[in-house]
Amino acid sequence: MMIEEDEITILLSDLFELYGYDFTNYSKASLKRRILRLCSLDKFPSFAELRYRIKSDPTYLQRFVEEITVNVTEMFRDPQFYKTLRTEVLPSLGSKPFLRIWHAGCSTGEEVYSMAILLKELNLLHKSLLYATDLNPTVLEKARKGIFPLPHLKLYSENYIASGGIHDFSSYYTAHYGQVKFREELSEKMIFSTHNLVSDRSFNEFDLILCRNVLIYFDKDLQETVLRLFDESLGSLGYLALGSKETLKFSSVAAQYRQLNREKIWRKIY
Amino acid sequence: MAENLLTPSHRLVVIGGSMGSIDALMKLLPNLKVSVPFALVIVLHRKSSVDSTLADLFATRTRIPIREVEDKDTLEKGNIYIAPADYHLLIEQEMIFALDASEKVNYSRPSLDVTFESAADTFGSATVGVLLSGANADGTAGLTAIKKAGGLTIAQHPETAQAPFMPQHAITHTVIDYIFSMDELAAYLNSLG
Repeated sequence: MMIEEDEITILLSDLFELYGYDFTNYSKASLKRRILRLCSLDKFPSFAELRYRIKSDPTYLQRFVEEITVNVTEMFRDPQFYKTLRTEVLPSLGSKPFLRIWHAGCSTGEEVYSMAILLKELNLLHKSLLYATDLNPTVLEKARKGIFPLPHLKLYSENYIASGGIHDFSSYYTAHYGQVKFREELSEKMIFSTHNLVSDRSFNEFDLILCRNVLIYFDKDLQETVLRLFDESLGSLGYLALGSKETLKFSSVAAQYRQLNREKIWRKIY
Repeated sequence: MAENLLTPSHRLVVIGGSMGSIDALMKLLPNLKVSVPFALVIVLHRKSSVDSTLADLFATRTRIPIREVEDKDTLEKGNIYIAPADYHLLIEQEMIFALDASEKVNYSRPSLDVTFESAADTFGSATVGVLLSGANADGTAGLTAIKKAGGLTIAQHPETAQAPFMPQHAITHTVIDYIFSMDELAAYLNSLG
């Protein structure tokens, strides 16, 4: 099955007009792949069939959004990144009376639980609030429950140790029937909410914003808009953390930031 | 710089490989002339890690500028680009790279099929797809897409591959224009105008 560029444009304008979801500044190459993948998963014989289903069945919209956006994530992904959070970033924020952290595009929450574990081990969790947002309510519901598939825990545990964790990782969860549930005390400080980076505004001032492997799905214009939104939402001397292949350097806000060593973490320098 | 910007009238060569391909590329790269008139993209299966040592390793074997791709990098001819570990590598119509951290394809991220298919979509008949040594079936569907788009397909001669399964799988299941040893591949790429 083939999809032409202008067919994608038509579909995106349907989505915006009917449902208010604006994907027009998403990466076209990635979007096209995701749409073709969905057509194959849900066995649409043609692009027209997909378009008709989206226009005529509002309940299908939720599935479309969930499958078009990428929800692949893991705990302590890129252990060196978490080591830097543990040894440099969080200790430098530790003297604050209160810590506000925003996970933008948190998906099913694996990174939020990783952060809660770091904060717990640094004795900062009690004075922290973790705001976790995503445009997709279905993944937020999963994140809120803190339940993850057991087979993934071997990797997560290895990542945790490689990131400098010295506790027994299995003490943070209980396993039941192929799934694990993370301890309630980790999720007590989490606030989950839908937020669309394309259309929603800044909603608070933060000390640390994490948005990893989300900007790669946006074109350069939308990246700039979102980086400005983060800049408006960061307090002075706050930190912004991006994915390992993402950068601030093309953005107009770059001059106000200093990058930490080799990690994709920038500090607001005023 | 502007004269280096690619348009689809220039060629794009995408080399994909898995087990045994690092050695093959260490042989190929010193034999490529420095001013190649195409952009060369290398996609290899490897363990997920964020270190960029593969680009450093290959840089010891060639004077062609070589680097690991970052999000939204521009494709320019005369350069070699390495797909980063743990991301699929796509190419936008605007001749810039896009990275994608979605599900593995053929148990792999980066997947060779994903980049081959994206290259075919953007560069069409100006695409040359090369499949090297490896032990899985990734790459065959991608070469089929390149062939469909009017591009050219090459497989490493299985007898010269440390792991012959991957090039042999493509030779059996799709249309391959040339089956080359690494010396023949270098000579062919040097002859591209």
